[in-house]
Amino acid sequence: MPPPAASSRYPSPSQPSGKSEVTDLKSQLRQLAGSRAPGVDDSKRDLFKKVISYMTIGIDVSSVFGEMVMCSATSDIVLKKMCYLYVGNYAKGNPDLSLLTINFLQRDCKDEDPMIRGLALRSLCSLRVPNLVEYLLGPLGSGLKDNNSYVRTIAVTGVLKLYHISASTCIDAEFPATLKSLMLHDSDAQVVANCLAALQEIWSLEASHSEEACREKESLLSKPLIYYFLNRIKEFNEWAQCLILELAVKYVPSDSNDIFDIMNLLEDRLQHANGAVVLATVKVFLQLTLSMTDVHQQVCAIVSVYERIKSPLLTLVSSGSPEQSYAILSHLHLLVVRAPFIFASDYKHFYCQYNEPSYVKKLKLEMLTAIANESNTYEIVTELCEYAANVDIEIARESIRAVGKIALQQYDVNAIVDRLLQFLEMEKDYVTAETLVLVKDLLRKHPQWSHDCISVVGGISSKNIQEPKAKAALIWMLGEYAQDMSDAPYILENLIENWEEEHSAEVRLHLLTAAMKCFFKRAPETQKALGIALAAGIADFHQDVHDRALFYYRVLQYDVHVAESVVSPPQQAVSAFADTQSSEIKDRIFDEFNSLSVIYQKPSYMFTDKEHRGPFEFSEELGSTSITPEVSSDIVPAQQFEANDKDLLLSTDEKDDNKGLSSNNCSAYTAPYESSNISSQMQELAISGPAASATTTQSSFDFDDLLGLGLSAAPAPTPSPPLLKLNPRASLDPRAFQQKWRQLPISLTQEYSVNPQGIAALTVPQSLIKHMQSHSIHCIASGGQSPNFKFFFFAQKEAEPSDYLTECIINSSSAKAQIKVKADDQSTSQAFATVFETALSKFGMP
Amino acid sequence: MMISQFFVLSQRGDNIVFRDYRAEVPKGSTETFFRKVKFWKEDGNAEAPPIFFSLNVDGVNYFHVKVVGLYFVATTRVNVSPSLVLELLQRIARVIKDYLGVLNEDSFRKNFVLVYELLDEVIDFGYVQTTSTEVLKSYVFNEPIVIAPARLQPIDPAAIFTQGAKRMPGTAVTKSVVANDPSGRRREEIFVDIIEKISVTFSSSGYILTSEIDGTIQMKSYLSGNPEIRIALNEDLNIGRGGRSVYGIASFTPYYRSSSGSGVILDDCNFHESVRLDSFDSDRTLSLVPPDGEFPVMNYRMTQEFKPPFHVNTLIEEAGRLKAEVIIKIRAEFPSDIIANTITVQMPLPNFTSRASFELEPGAAGQKTDFKESNKMLEWSLKKASIVGGAEHTLRAKLTFSQEFHGNITKEAGPVSMTFTIPMYNVSKLQVKYLQIAKKSSSYNPYRWVRYVTQANSYVARI
Repeated sequence: MPPPAASSRYPSPSQPSGKSEVTDLKSQLRQLAGSRAPGVDDSKRDLFKKVISYMTIGIDVSSVFGEMVMCSATSDIVLKKMCYLYVGNYAKGNPDLSLLTINFLQRDCKDEDPMIRGLALRSLCSLRVPNLVEYLLGPLGSGLKDNNSYVRTIAVTGVLKLYHISASTCIDAEFPATLKSLMLHDSDAQVVANCLAALQEIWSLEASHSEEACREKESLLSKPLIYYFLNRIKEFNEWAQCLILELAVKYVPSDSNDIFDIMNLLEDRLQHANGAVVLATVKVFLQLTLSMTDVHQQVCAIVSVYERIKSPLLTLVSSGSPEQSYAILSHLHLLVVRAPFIFASDYKHFYCQYNEPSYVKKLKLEMLTAIANESNTYEIVTELCEYAANVDIEIARESIRAVGKIALQQYDVNAIVDRLLQFLEMEKDYVTAETLVLVKDLLRKHPQWSHDCISVVGGISSKNIQEPKAKAALIWMLGEYAQDMSDAPYILENLIENWEEEHSAEVRLHLLTAAMKCFFKRAPETQKALGIALAAGIADFHQDVHDRALFYYRVLQYDVHVAESVVSPPQQAVSAFADTQSSEIKDRIFDEFNSLSVIYQKPSYMFTDKEHRGPFEFSEELGSTSITPEVSSDIVPAQQFEANDKDLLLSTDEKDDNKGLSSNNCSAYTAPYESSNISSQMQELAISGPAASATTTQSSFDFDDLLGLGLSAAPAPTPSPPLLKLNPRASLDPRAFQQKWRQLPISLTQEYSVNPQGIAALTVPQSLIKHMQSHSIHCIASGGQSPNFKFFFFAQKEAEPSDYLTECIINSSSAKAQIKVKADDQSTSQAFATVFETALSKFGMP
Repeated sequence: MMISQFFVLSQRGDNIVFRDYRAEVPKGSTETFFRKVKFWKEDGNAEAPPIFFSLNVDGVNYFHVKVVGLYFVATTRVNVSPSLVLELLQRIARVIKDYLGVLNEDSFRKNFVLVYELLDEVIDFGYVQTTSTEVLKSYVFNEPIVIAPARLQPIDPAAIFTQGAKRMPGTAVTKSVVANDPSGRRREEIFVDIIEKISVTFSSSGYILTSEIDGTIQMKSYLSGNPEIRIALNEDLNIGRGGRSVYGIASFTPYYRSSSGSGVILDDCNFHESVRLDSFDSDRTLSLVPPDGEFPVMNYRMTQEFKPPFHVNTLIEEAGRLKAEVIIKIRAEFPSDIIANTITVQMPLPNFTSRASFELEPGAAGQKTDFKESNKMLEWSLKKASIVGGAEHTLRAKLTFSQEFHGNITKEAGPVSMTFTIPMYNVSKLQVKYLQIAKKSSSYNPYRWVRYVTQANSYVARI
């Protein structure tokens, strides 16, 4: 158990026990403050060092603030720096005392030494005291015009600091405009880079409430500016290069030539020794290819980009520290899972080395699993079997699971089954346990192997299996294959007799079911054991076990044949196991390439709040939300499953295009609108029967009352009927939507409550999508998982081609929906919002 | 791309330096980090990954790299590029090492004010400004307090280049780039080290399953006035994939250089940003103006077949109900004028091994054997100078088991892994043909050191 926070700081010899040391320091500093004796600077240095050292280990030395400031009258630059560091750390907590420092900092800002000017300006801007901002304006203004580039770089970042202390002061002083002109004209690359960083941050934050900032933010992505940066990228240091590459990622190229120009400009960045530069370049390449319009061209380009980036990434994996390798490998992992066929022949690169940390090994095992195909499975499985004997038990387990996963995804499992069965002969508890679980899964998918497996599994003594999952798997097999295992009833009986000692509810549940199945096949031998099991089950304290036992008991009482058809229907092979992660989420992670999303294997909205999503904010808006194929999925036939490997390379919106074109069948693409057709008819139906719907609403409230949910409040008043007529057959292609979303300002932001019925219906985003469609509001993209769902909707005026775009974020735990509306015709956005709210308020109502 | 805080913690979790750049992470992040790292095992993982977040604690992302036993940590709330932050942490460690000469907890504590000075210039408001030792030199005013080299002889990293009697200047690589020599003058010298880490996996029948060389040409320059330098590599050097790809509507496939079968063939390589490749395609020379401090000129990767420096032969046999015998034989497959040092051989023994007794060949000197009861590990170390090229050494171990065992004993033990260092030897045959320094005057003749070393990365023989 981790110790509580308080005790976690380990005492260190340098840590003073009480306040006496600080008091000592205070008096010593005071003595030195006025002194002009020779050597006083050295004594000051020693004292300052002590202060900083206390500060570092977390001792509060704010009480010497005044003395530190008094001592700061010195020309010794090392002393000054220590003093600045101290002041920056404590100013925020001592705003009054901070006023004392303003004087000397302002004076230093005018020093003739540019180094002192820069340092003082940096400290001045780092005070973070809101009521001192007025003192910043002058020094910042002259800092931006300083003839020394060091001072200018600091001043630029100073503007950003000022913005964070007081946004309005910064905007009112028109600093952003100054930065913009510096960015375009300054001769120093670092000044330019800092301008870019500051402007990106300022405008992104301003964009939520200022149209002008939105435009400015967009203007950073204009073609001339992008080329201005890319053409001279080598003048910047590697970190600034990353900044520029991040900007280029968001650029929407005008045509293929544009795309190739950029790729050729950046090609040699792939040879950079800094992994961050290489990954940022890779991201630009991937995004550029995604923006290609010609599908054939795109597929070729994507394949060639993958081929091109493979080698540099592998070099980075092996040249850096394990930590750096891990970051690169996580990105390779993402690419490998997306396009396994491209990496199929590189499998040896993903073999584990014995001295690698386990977090690297785990990634590699997953990659080996992903790229196993007909040509390399034998080698990969052979290698994985070596790891099964690994000293690191966790890795051994993972390796066995990997073998199992490969077996499940392969057509020819012959050889793999043999290997799995060999694991059982190793007689290591954890190996046996893992293998049993796999054999069970394998049998569910390939029942034809039951004969080989059962003979081996039958030889395993259940006494040696302790892990619940493994035990449950064994019991499942005993029940399922009772007719092939001669002593199945007796093993089960034995287990049932020890019911009391079985701590896992999962195992007890399986025991019940297995006893039932066994009973249907070999009744005379099992009857007694089943009786005991049911009795024990009904008396069980675990709710599920109790319920299941009772259910079995009653269904047996009712009719044994019915019971058999329920509990032990004819075996059916499972064709595919549910994937743990939806393709939607995977696409989002891919769009957030070169970010933490890849490391955590989660899209950013799952681990970070919006304001901190940082440089990915642009793309986050829409580009990363996948376009909902679900709407069409129930109408589109087998096509969906034809998605070949190459499709995986495309983001979903292209995928749709591709499908529509390549299959010469446009039904996939137009399907959602056909269904909207149907739903618009339904809408008419619903409108025609308001009385009926009212009564049902009423009854549902009664039911809630019955359950005592305390929903006695009157149902929300129905908003007045909408004046706006929407086109039920509206259509807008995703790219156009994206374009519009970027261009239009937000005309309306609102928050609604979602009624409990709606929240209940919102188990999957699709339910809301269908509902809104019935109100002529169409979904173009959706994402998220309970409790946070995000949708992008669009609607069109019935009479004219005027669009409304809406971002809707629903939090199901707080039952709140936040919407942002952008409209071609902004005067009607309120009317649209009313329609939207009405539609939303009906969600979940029968 | 901004970070919130940077700090360095000792192995015990003490703050050595702590710098908050954006004041957006709640207090106590160092404790949160340290607790997470220390108690990661709870989650069933051996080692905390270098990047993790603590949503339920404070929603902060933590990045760390471990350098000389210290944790270099950065925090952020932003969805940043993970490579950027990890690269940055590594780079900060390198800059500090350039300044202090020797990087360890002691030198760190003695120079923490200098480190703060560096940190102020490296990062401003979370944005990286520069990590170039060269650039930083003009902003940093503290003099490093250099630790006496005598105190760190045993871990002197320069020792790896020491080949028998051929002494290399041992203190040189532990010299600060800024501190003045006690003698008052700086020696003009430049070091170019070709460091190759090799990974080989042998199958149980001695066949090579995988092999790879990961090489670095590392440079550390103490030349004043930053003269331009040219490094010439083997002329028969080939790079698997041609230098540049050209993208256009007509050509998507990257352009492949036709590589002739002979010579040194690299799979891929990358270069430091200061390197100019103008004549690399024609005559395999790299030109650069080396910045101060240590940096990799070029990293390369090679999977072309090479002769592994050691051959390992292992035998494990049951000898009665509760006994078994292990024989490990290693043979040095390199010329006899080369001497390998710091060789260790490790082998996990069956779990139920209770005792192991060892038998070395007669007359063996400087060899040590050990059986680590806790993790059932056999360890055999051979001290420097005991393995010259062509030599062969054997270890016999008699094992006693605590319980009877059935099944295949080879599945219970191994694989055998080796670590070693072979100075002045490189398996790839990549060479620095010459190192040219632009002359300032006719009398200018700085010391130039070109050193080779081969080290084991993952050297494993299965049994």
